[in-house]
Amino acid sequence: MKLKRLAACSLAAQSLALSAAFAQTPLSMWYHGAGNEVESVIINQIVADFNASQSDWVVSLESFPQGAYNDSVVAAALAGNLPDILDVDGPVMPNWAWAGYMQPLPLDEAVIADFLPGTKGYWDGQLYSIGLWDAAVALVTRQSTLDALDLRTPTLDEPWSGEEFMAALDAAKAAGEWEYAFDPGLAWTGEWFPYAFSPFLQSFGGDIVDRSSYQSADGVLNGDEAIAFGEWWQSLFTGGYAPGTSQDPAARDNGFVEGRYAFSWNGNWAALNALNTFDDTLFLPAPDFGHGPKIGAASWQFGVSGTSQHPDGAAAFIEFALQDEYLAAFSDGIGLIPATASAAEMTEHYAEGGAMAVFFDLSEAQGLVRPVSPGYVVQALVFEKALADIANGADVADTLDAAVDEIDADIARNGGYGH
Amino acid sequence: MASISPDNHGLRLAVRYAVLILIALIFVFPLVFMVMSSLKPAQQLLADTASLRAFLPVGDISLDNYARAFQRAPIGLFVFNSVLVTGLTVLLCLAVCSMAGFAFVYLNWRGRDLFLSIILATLIVPFETIAIPLLLLVSKLPWIGWEGVSYGWLNSYRVQIIPWIADALTIFLFVQYFKGLPRELIEAARVEGATWFQIYWRVVMPLSGPVLATAAILKFLVMYNQYLWPLIVVQQEKYRPVMVGLQYFFQLNIAWGEVMAYLTMITLPVLAFYLALQRAFIASIASTGVKG
Repeated sequence: MKLKRLAACSLAAQSLALSAAFAQTPLSMWYHGAGNEVESVIINQIVADFNASQSDWVVSLESFPQGAYNDSVVAAALAGNLPDILDVDGPVMPNWAWAGYMQPLPLDEAVIADFLPGTKGYWDGQLYSIGLWDAAVALVTRQSTLDALDLRTPTLDEPWSGEEFMAALDAAKAAGEWEYAFDPGLAWTGEWFPYAFSPFLQSFGGDIVDRSSYQSADGVLNGDEAIAFGEWWQSLFTGGYAPGTSQDPAARDNGFVEGRYAFSWNGNWAALNALNTFDDTLFLPAPDFGHGPKIGAASWQFGVSGTSQHPDGAAAFIEFALQDEYLAAFSDGIGLIPATASAAEMTEHYAEGGAMAVFFDLSEAQGLVRPVSPGYVVQALVFEKALADIANGADVADTLDAAVDEIDADIARNGGYGH
Repeated sequence: MASISPDNHGLRLAVRYAVLILIALIFVFPLVFMVMSSLKPAQQLLADTASLRAFLPVGDISLDNYARAFQRAPIGLFVFNSVLVTGLTVLLCLAVCSMAGFAFVYLNWRGRDLFLSIILATLIVPFETIAIPLLLLVSKLPWIGWEGVSYGWLNSYRVQIIPWIADALTIFLFVQYFKGLPRELIEAARVEGATWFQIYWRVVMPLSGPVLATAAILKFLVMYNQYLWPLIVVQQEKYRPVMVGLQYFFQLNIAWGEVMAYLTMITLPVLAFYLALQRAFIASIASTGVKG
């Protein structure tokens, strides 16, 4: 009898659980972090916490390796097979929004009021995506290097000017202690080029495309300021200050900590390696080439797919994921800059006085998003090729003119990309 | 005519072997580098690339990269998926393409040469040009399963197998091989009253070992190395093959030791398959250069 009663209770409990499960609307979610164990643990925890926290929605997660993610999303969009929730690289978002792969994110602006500017993805005046973190680059060096070369330490309020930066490179080169004075990291290709180097162009006063209309690159990518940038860029390699496009990826990854470069242009994701090697590691702000010091902004962000029938559910999940504890968990886990100051305070490295806190300040003060345009995905490739060609000795003006032609032709082919 | 002295002959033999060993080393070096690198920690691996140490099991040797590779990705699942998809595709491809080749060589039907020309013409069409139309097609195709009729083949094994069963190169291989078989055998079988299928199955196929091995190896390599197609038609990890799985190892800071460990593991099925069919493959290649 007892057994029968136990079985009946068990059946009733199962039925209740099942009915609760059936009551929940399923939401599918794709994420780019497959292969990163730490990232996978955190995102799975967020999904599990969300599913347990309410009874309206149940999120199922499918992870993709980052290198295959964008192509998978585009293919799924063509086949009408997109999930409800997507994550998207910040500069790619306008393209996906324009193409209809994403829809506006119905999230109260008050929720993200304190978020770093680079974590908010706006297109056409509407919020489409929001990031749990940002990334930033800095000029990495050592205090002992500055002391040996008798250089002042630049600050956010008083960064080096372009002349001071080149004087620092001259001093490092003349000292003869390093293989190269400066490592911009040309062994890294792809998005690294526009992310890391277009801020130099913007600091000179140029840009990849004219942001007032997004209809042409003429005048901004081949104007006087851009040519000055191009000539400076080329001088880094012809002058022997920096390794060029043939740089060994291993040298890029380890050259600074092996003492081969005096200064390295690198991101917060590589900061721990430097800190663990040299206890006098410094992360300096970008130099100011005349129009203010700039660094790239915007990393991976969450949004709602264009075909989702449940944008409210997707937004509910995204809002849930924006809690400081998750922002801090991602930061501690994979070293990225948490999106809010309150989350930064909860982290090991970005809290006030933390070894990498400077990156939060850099992101806040110098971060500039890449051109917010669907055409950016093409413009980024054109910009990368132009910079590589110039580094390899191509004529600066001709190369930039050709890049402008290519970008303008692409914009025209796509009817102005909806701007 | 100068006679070949024993000394001369020995010298030529030595030179020939030296050249062959050199060529063999060139082909073997990448594999040796891969296996040796898979045993070394990242820092040592990168440092060793500057010297011959890259090809030697020296320094801090361990299986740590293999253990970490298994933690990073479900390697067993990926290998199972690839072997299943590849194995089934190869078997079905051999069956369908050999029958097609048989029909083109031995059966008389209107439009035969035209059809063969059209099929062979598809050899010059790169897959990339038809990938998107094919994706749109398979995303809408019906399928009858246990749960009735459903639409769309995405996220399945069948979408990785069925579009690849018939291919022009394999049909071409069979056509060329069948043309070289003695016609008298076919005619004798016909006189004895055998059906076309009996001739195909009992006469032609038993004589087709070399071409079957060649076609199987070539198809195996194509299928096992598939990347673009599974990337766009499979969004679920449970159906992912090994080549897409390789992307799991390319994070911001690439752990090259784990990459090499993964590559070593996924190369094993290919090596095993090739070694199993090596004799027939070489016989087939050799026979293509011999006029009957």
